[in-house]
Amino acid sequence: MHAFKYHRPGSVKDAAALVGKNADAKLLGGGQTLVQTMKLRLASPTDVVDLGTIKELAGIKVAGGTVEVGAMTRHAAVAGSAEVKKAIPALAALAGMIGDRQVREMGTIGGSIANSDPAADYPAAVLGLGATIITDKRKIEADKFFTGMFETALQPGEIITAVSFPVPKRAAYMKFKNPASRFAIVGVFVAETGNGIRVAVTGAGPNAFRVPEMEKALGAKFAPESVAKVKVKADDLNSDLHASAEYRAHLVTVMAKRAVEAAMK
Amino acid sequence: MSASLIGARVQRKEDYRFLTGAGQYTDDVTLPNQSYAAFVRSPHAHATIKSIKIDKAKKAPGVIAVYTGEDVAQAKLGGLPCGWLITDVNGQPMKEPPHPVLAQGKVRYVGDQVAVVVAETQEQARDAAEQVEVSYDVLPAVVDAVQATKKGAPVLHDIAPDNTCYVWALGDKAAVDAAFAKAAHVTKLEFVNNRLIPNAIEPRSANGSYSRADDNYTLYVASQNPHVERLLMTAFVMGLPEHKVRVVAPDVGGGFGSKIYLYAEDVAVTWASRQVGRPVKWTADRSESFVSDAHGRDHHTIAEMAMDKDGKFIGMRVHTHANVGAYLSTFASCVPTILYATLLAGQYTTPLIYCQVTAVFTNTAPVDAYRGAGRPEATYVVERLVETAAREMKLDPAEIRRRNFIREFPYQTPVALQYDTGDYEATLAAAIKMADVAGFAKRKEEAAKGGKLRGLGYAAYIEACGIAPSAVAGSLGARAGLFEAGEIRVHPTGSVTVFTGSHSHGQGHETTFAQVVAERLGMPVENVDIVHGDTSKILFGMGTYGSRSIAVGGTAIVKALDKIIDKGKKIAAHLMEASEGDVEYDKGVFKVSGTDKQKAFGEVAFAAYVPHNYPHDKLEPGLNENAFYDPSNFTFPAGSYVCEVEIDPDTGQTKIVNFTAVDDFGKIINPMIVEGQVHGGLTQGIGQALTENCHYDPDTGQLVTGSFSDYCIPRADDVPSYQVDTRETPCTHNPLGVKGCGEAGAIGAPAAVINAITDALWSMGIKDIPMPATAQTVWKAIQSASKKAA
Amino acid sequence: MSVKVSMKVNGKPVSAEVEERTLLVTLIREHLRLTGTHVGCDTAQCGACTVQMNGNVVKSCSMLAMQAEGADVRTIESVAAADGTLHPMQAAFKEHHGLQCGFCTPGMVMNAIDFAKKNPGASEHEVREALEGNLCRCTGYHNIVKAIMAGSKAMAGAK
Ligand SMILES: Cc1cc2nc3c(=O)[nH]c(=O)nc-3n(C[C@H](O)[C@H](O)[C@H](O)COP(=O)(O)OP(=O)(O)OC[C@H]3O[C@@H](n4cnc5c(N)ncnc54)[C@H](O)[C@@H]3O)c2cc1C
Ligand code: FES
Ligand code: FES
Repeated sequence: MHAFKYHRPGSVKDAAALVGKNADAKLLGGGQTLVQTMKLRLASPTDVVDLGTIKELAGIKVAGGTVEVGAMTRHAAVAGSAEVKKAIPALAALAGMIGDRQVREMGTIGGSIANSDPAADYPAAVLGLGATIITDKRKIEADKFFTGMFETALQPGEIITAVSFPVPKRAAYMKFKNPASRFAIVGVFVAETGNGIRVAVTGAGPNAFRVPEMEKALGAKFAPESVAKVKVKADDLNSDLHASAEYRAHLVTVMAKRAVEAAMK
Repeated sequence: MSASLIGARVQRKEDYRFLTGAGQYTDDVTLPNQSYAAFVRSPHAHATIKSIKIDKAKKAPGVIAVYTGEDVAQAKLGGLPCGWLITDVNGQPMKEPPHPVLAQGKVRYVGDQVAVVVAETQEQARDAAEQVEVSYDVLPAVVDAVQATKKGAPVLHDIAPDNTCYVWALGDKAAVDAAFAKAAHVTKLEFVNNRLIPNAIEPRSANGSYSRADDNYTLYVASQNPHVERLLMTAFVMGLPEHKVRVVAPDVGGGFGSKIYLYAEDVAVTWASRQVGRPVKWTADRSESFVSDAHGRDHHTIAEMAMDKDGKFIGMRVHTHANVGAYLSTFASCVPTILYATLLAGQYTTPLIYCQVTAVFTNTAPVDAYRGAGRPEATYVVERLVETAAREMKLDPAEIRRRNFIREFPYQTPVALQYDTGDYEATLAAAIKMADVAGFAKRKEEAAKGGKLRGLGYAAYIEACGIAPSAVAGSLGARAGLFEAGEIRVHPTGSVTVFTGSHSHGQGHETTFAQVVAERLGMPVENVDIVHGDTSKILFGMGTYGSRSIAVGGTAIVKALDKIIDKGKKIAAHLMEASEGDVEYDKGVFKVSGTDKQKAFGEVAFAAYVPHNYPHDKLEPGLNENAFYDPSNFTFPAGSYVCEVEIDPDTGQTKIVNFTAVDDFGKIINPMIVEGQVHGGLTQGIGQALTENCHYDPDTGQLVTGSFSDYCIPRADDVPSYQVDTRETPCTHNPLGVKGCGEAGAIGAPAAVINAITDALWSMGIKDIPMPATAQTVWKAIQSASKKAA
Repeated sequence: MSVKVSMKVNGKPVSAEVEERTLLVTLIREHLRLTGTHVGCDTAQCGACTVQMNGNVVKSCSMLAMQAEGADVRTIESVAAADGTLHPMQAAFKEHHGLQCGFCTPGMVMNAIDFAKKNPGASEHEVREALEGNLCRCTGYHNIVKAIMAGSKAMAGAK
């Protein structure tokens, strides 16, 4: 790891001041991605701004039909939260599928979605539930947030403070894991929300995306067979040693079907 | 002492320190005035080095020294030697290109070491390594063995213009061809035995130091065989006398073959420690391990079996291209030959076998022995052929095996080995019962109702362990002896320290060997301590690999014990004023037969060290004996495995629902430890079959699977709980009757798994599936089969 | 540049002057010389470095020492009783041969104790899933799983 200067701001405002001025500064969430990349010398920030001790950033609030998860809330806290389990069980279950026990104790929702790893799980829920990303500057709709591989609508220095999930009627997440990394080769989040059906896919493309054809079919009839015949185009999907684009396209259908089945249970 | 210690599930003596964090692995050793090394490695698979600039690195904070190939050349450090000479079919010695400690003008694989930086801290060494500026002329690379032998392929070494290290053959080709000509049925398969990266969880580590006062070196190193490491390093590379170098392999966190070899880093830190006058430590990070540890397997094979109309095997023909990587690692040459072709008879009476092996240099990390070494590859050839032949001939796969089992021993195979004992029917029958093969059809039906495909596959393996009679090995090209040494030191009050040349890095020698000694001497295990892994304490040793420790190392200890008891009898006879011939030793007591006169072992030991009343005219004082043991034959563990899988055709995902292993390891000293060895071996074998695949990009030669994020070693939820059992035909030529158990699982499992998967898919017209049978691979096979069917 | 970091390790307050880039595992191994916590990878996957922090298990290789400022950190060295008696989970690993080379063992035991505390009566399947972040190359997990099931029972019984 290259040398850097470490900061421990006491508030979001202080943190914003520290990263705002410096293009080579990095926010540190749980570090489960950032510390790895720094260790492998793939990232070399001059300054690391640790959000870890900012109290206002952690915590879960359930009220008025939404579940609001603070940016520094650890995956384990979401997975284990009785309130989340009650309001959006699929979200708790998804958080419980991220990485492993140890990673879940450190990794945060803010870090996960800010990173927009094509294979990360949270983006599927954020997009699948039509969540709102709250930053120190504004609110961003899920549909506008994930803009590319490791790219988001966040501006330099913008800090995610929370993610607000509307409580759906029913929802489920199905993940087909990469056997080695355990990230998603394909993950599909299906939700029946107040604003209609949403189907979001992670792992398959450069960033999480929705599948309108599936949403339409499920809108007509919320049943596994509705999506069984819907295929996403392989053309724009990721292809690597573990899964070709064709295989991923196929898995999207299979996982969508299973997610619908699970949501109906 | 009541119950026998042999065969007892004695809890391990070494566990306490490991469980409390008190183990001492190489990286845990930090010496006074410690400095740290980092290596500059080639980012290219194949390139000439135009220039290396080290000025910046030298000036970086904390840097003590920077060395390049030029420095090691000036110091006249030799290349890393290969310990086994294979002779080509043309009678020529294999091609042995130099394997420099630091690259000499050219790099030949990604990770090839180019320079080394020594600094005050690990991070400073790494910082400075980035400041070494190497300018390369990149050359085309080749990573596949078959491609590398084609005309026009990039050439790695001038002395091997066709990249061929050797072409070697075993067997009578004409006779085998004749057998094929009259066969009723021929089964033919072409497959790749996938390349694996060993990945012991402890990364390699070495800490060298030099004492000017005594003019000697000490090297702490994560090694499976410290004496061999020392021999190779002193005699072949550094040109030093052995007594000036002490090699210590402290606690070692797994080896599986990868820590047998002498590596460049070990030499570099030892040499550098003298240059800088301080201890120099290097520990690989995992990314470095991936590119620089010796890899395993990587065979491309075409195999054929000829049968008569009853399914009797009448001939076998095998042609293998073996990838040896960019340079010859320590035992690279013998793995795809001596440890491979000689096992192709398997458990069967196949009378005629011909095998040709082409060993090929490629722009990849060196390939050497990895758990099983040659024998998993051989078993895969035999057992895939056998199972496929059975299916093609519509015979029950167990039945075809039975028709061909060797049933009379000793048995001379057509591929040089002589099996001493075995009972293949016994292990097969036991495995079939334990796996409830009878109930399989019903389970398959049940699974089908849920849309899943079930399959069941067998593997009946044989291995040759306890390598080997030195004379035989020597005649086959070994450049070292293959005996083992042991020493028993009895202390004045009768407790015992045993020094063994075997090395434990997980196998539990501290317990198993203590059981053997305690049983023989009739004392509690607590009174026996085992010492290993230090050339300054142990007289000599060949180390641990090839499941040889108990069979060879254990026997050396038994021989030393016999000497102890003999001498003890003489002392006891003197003490009891009896004739030596009347003294018997039993359960810790020397007795004069037919009388009630006796002396405890401790009393005799005491007399040996406080020799007031002692036969000084006949005996020296003290009670300390050593022995060297050179076996008269290999040992031949064998067994039968049954694997049952369930495949989800929608995703291609395979789940192992049941795995049964019945092994014959001869006599078993500690069944708990043996079972653990089997579990571990099976898991590595299942890893090879389902998930593990070392992949180099064919164009750039970059290692694509360079971390645990892409290279998948099995996790706890990838494997089932195993059903294991043993049958016992004691080895006939060692006093313990033991055969060795360390590699069996890794040898038998891959074929069993793939046989099960292809069983599940056979009705779809899928005859073969490549390893690793990942979900994607299986799904693709199903896709193309159903397209063909449509 | 160096900074001061303070925390409790195995019940004792410690503070050290470290480079800011120092990982928690480096602090533990190199500065405090507690070498029971191991490093087996550089991508946060093997779990050999697992320690307990404020009552949860974390991978000490993938966090900065600074992130543990003020924390209560426990390593394998603190697990056995002061008189050397093994913790019931350690004892179960020994009894069921849940370790071979011992390198993954400290991380396994740290994770197992935490898991067992929070999930009494877990099934074999759940135990296997809980080990997702801990790699072992020796045991094939069979006996580790057995040990954790038994250790878990023993811990519940000891309460
Ligand atoms: C072994 C392992 C397995 C994993 N498996 C999975 C998996 O299966 N599925 C999955 O989804 N993920 C997985 N992860 C990733 C894990 O979920 C990470 O925690 C997550 O991707 C990043 O979160 P973090 O809090 O650790 O962020 P960090 O690593 O601290 O930061 C990541 C990035 O986000 C930025 N950032 C952090 N917080 C904020 C914020 N509040 N506002 C703006 N930017 C911010 C940082 O500057 C950095 O660029 C795994 C990680 C590991 C090590
Ligand atoms: S060393 Fe921490 S997970 Fe491997
Ligand atoms: S016991 Fe060796 S890695 Fe687990």
